[in-house]
Amino acid sequence: MHIVVCIKQVPDSAQIRVHPVTNTIMRQGVPTIINPYDLFALEEALRLRDKFGGEVTVLTMGPPTAVESLRKALTFGADRAVLLTDRYFAGSDTLATSFALSMALKKIGAEFGDPAIIFTGKQTIDGDTAQVGPGIAKRLDRNQLTYVSKIVETDLVNRTITVERRAEGGVQVLQSRFPVLITMLEATNEMRRGSVENALKAARAEVVTWNAEAVGIEDLTQCGLRGSPTIVKKVFAPGGRTDEVQLVDNEGNPEARANALIDAIFARSPDVEKDLFDQAAHHF
Amino acid sequence: MIDEKFDAIVVGAGPSGNAAALVMAREGLNVLQIERGEYSGSKNVQGAILYADALEQIIPDFREDAPLERHVIEQRMWTMDDRSHTGMHYRSDDFNEDKPNRYTILRAQFDKWFSAKVREAGALLLCETTVTELVRDLKGKVIGVQTDRQGAPIMADIVVLAEGVNGLVGQRSGLREEVSPDSVALAVKEMHFLPREVVEARFNLKGNEGVVIEAMGTITKGMTGTGFLYTNEESISVGIGCIVSDMTESEVTPYELLDAFKKHPSIRPLLEGSECKEYAAHLIPEGGYNAIPKLHGDGWLVVGDAGQFVNAVHREGSNLAMTTGRLAAETVIELHRKREEMSEANLKRYLARLEDTFVMKDLKKYKGIPALLHGNKGNFFGTYPQLISQAMQTWFRVDGVDKKSKEKAIMKNFRETRTLRGMLGDAFKLARAWR
Ligand SMILES: Cc1cc2nc3c(=O)[nH]c(=O)nc-3n(C[C@H](O)[C@H](O)[C@H](O)COP(=O)(O)OP(=O)(O)OC[C@H]3O[C@@H](n4cnc5c(N)ncnc54)[C@H](O)[C@@H]3O)c2cc1C
Repeated sequence: MHIVVCIKQVPDSAQIRVHPVTNTIMRQGVPTIINPYDLFALEEALRLRDKFGGEVTVLTMGPPTAVESLRKALTFGADRAVLLTDRYFAGSDTLATSFALSMALKKIGAEFGDPAIIFTGKQTIDGDTAQVGPGIAKRLDRNQLTYVSKIVETDLVNRTITVERRAEGGVQVLQSRFPVLITMLEATNEMRRGSVENALKAARAEVVTWNAEAVGIEDLTQCGLRGSPTIVKKVFAPGGRTDEVQLVDNEGNPEARANALIDAIFARSPDVEKDLFDQAAHHF
Repeated sequence: MIDEKFDAIVVGAGPSGNAAALVMAREGLNVLQIERGEYSGSKNVQGAILYADALEQIIPDFREDAPLERHVIEQRMWTMDDRSHTGMHYRSDDFNEDKPNRYTILRAQFDKWFSAKVREAGALLLCETTVTELVRDLKGKVIGVQTDRQGAPIMADIVVLAEGVNGLVGQRSGLREEVSPDSVALAVKEMHFLPREVVEARFNLKGNEGVVIEAMGTITKGMTGTGFLYTNEESISVGIGCIVSDMTESEVTPYELLDAFKKHPSIRPLLEGSECKEYAAHLIPEGGYNAIPKLHGDGWLVVGDAGQFVNAVHREGSNLAMTTGRLAAETVIELHRKREEMSEANLKRYLARLEDTFVMKDLKKYKGIPALLHGNKGNFFGTYPQLISQAMQTWFRVDGVDKKSKEKAIMKNFRETRTLRGMLGDAFKLARAWR
């Protein structure tokens, strides 16, 4: 069984700073990581391969430095890595990204075997749109299983997969035929630690590198900034909270304490006081 | 067993390991480098001085693409008491040269760059992999390493230990003793972000010029240690370090020390308005020549901090690390070419190479200093800086007292606080240790 996992290299959001003067995001020096959701997808793919045999290919679109995350994925145990990189892809939104990735996936299918399953993470932590997975499925005309929290059963004879999907208000159990695209939720598994052999293999591996032309993209207006209808109007840092915590005296009876608390709130926000009084007056 | 043997395994991807791996790989040796951190530099403290010469010997044109912050044109040496500093500053336009001599760097970025060069030269790098043990044959010769990843040991003709100050692998494998707490300093350091223009205006700099401040005195609260401040492109590194055994005795936490240093009236205005971006703590081997452990044996060599190669007096470490890494590599290359065994006797040539360079010459020159300073820490890091400050204050304050009387008062203060004999003794000992 051939499985492809789409991963993305993202800035470690825990370590991003906002420039105190210009208020822009300072990406310089911020370490990058594999999008955490993608790791759950990758581990799930590796488990299926270990159980049923086959190969796991990881695919990423990004700048040349994204090769680091591919190598890391190889260290975890992936068999092959493909980097899709081209300056024409710069500035891609989710539409342009899913287009480029779907073209690369077609080529992967042609060269290394059609994948029964394509995995992506639920969403990326630097975009949070959750659109790329479904976008790829649509373009490749595949079934899609999104927000998957568990793979229940894989039936290679009938070529079906059964999963649990987190939906609003409950868990759905869904079954799909292959080929399918699955987007994985967080905390579904724990990423393994690759063996010495995996690590050595990864350090040596040649990463397959394709540009737009290599994956057969002729219409460059569908790529990068030009192919991206999304417009980012403004990026801003939410103002920090400046209010200090105030402790109300922990003495006296509960009523006295409650009164002290209310006094403190009213003192801080006279509007609240006025509002409450108005409402109360209204009732009488 | 992995049925492949490397010519050399280098444990660690700091400056010493990178230098060793690069030099060997460039000469065609099949080199495997193993690093515990996520990438080379990820475990290293930010903000440091890079001494160009040692790197130039390895990568002559490093200035073309290395991530350098500022070249140092001014050195300030301060002795401080709680409210003042007395400084000696040296600034020279000569340092604005084609190939500047010293740079400030951010280690995480610099090490990453260095590591890329190592891989370009053909070495294989395994990150996020910790070497847990050395593997020996029946005769006790080191023949490979075991890591914390599942799988068989990895074999090599020689293992170069570039694992930094703790030297846990060497220690665990019985090659060396545990580092003694009175021969390592614990340094804490912060990076403070400041806009480029502010750094330049505040330190009187143009373009990529930079300043280094090194300070001693009451800032270490009577402990053996120093404080420092470097200007980077858009940030300032500030830190302080003290000998570990002093810290345990005094029960002052490193963080309190750094906090007090940052609040010192001479330092505070330099940091004003900055945002702390990073905090890191790291050990520095400061035992000097007398603390150097055994550096070679059958199938192994030690380089860099793991060999205690730091000149604490001049705050040089990475240059000794790179130089020892290079010399170890050259020794291995020579043996490899001649198809000679990596035996203890043959590897002794590494020691001979070390003796010939500034590394051993400098460490020998200062071998008495660590014990002297540590033994007289109360005087060198408390009494004298205070006396100097008081003398300056008396001398520069214009208050109707005649200069002759001021001179007398200063001398009296010195004599009463620290007897003439004590002072002469210290001066004599210092001069002797310096020789
Ligand atoms: C606060 C501070 C400021 C300093 N400032 C300066 C300065 O301005 N100029 C200067 O020249 N020097 C400075 N030094 C000293 C300098 O940092 C060191 O001398 C230098 O980094 C030593 O290089 P190294 O390669 O020997 O060790 P390290 O840089 O410590 O590298 C050792 C590497 O080995 C890895 N490692 C350790 N154990 C294992 C294992 N078991 N398996 C795999 N990997 C392992 C570590 O992760 C690390 O990456 C400073 C040090 C400190 C702490």
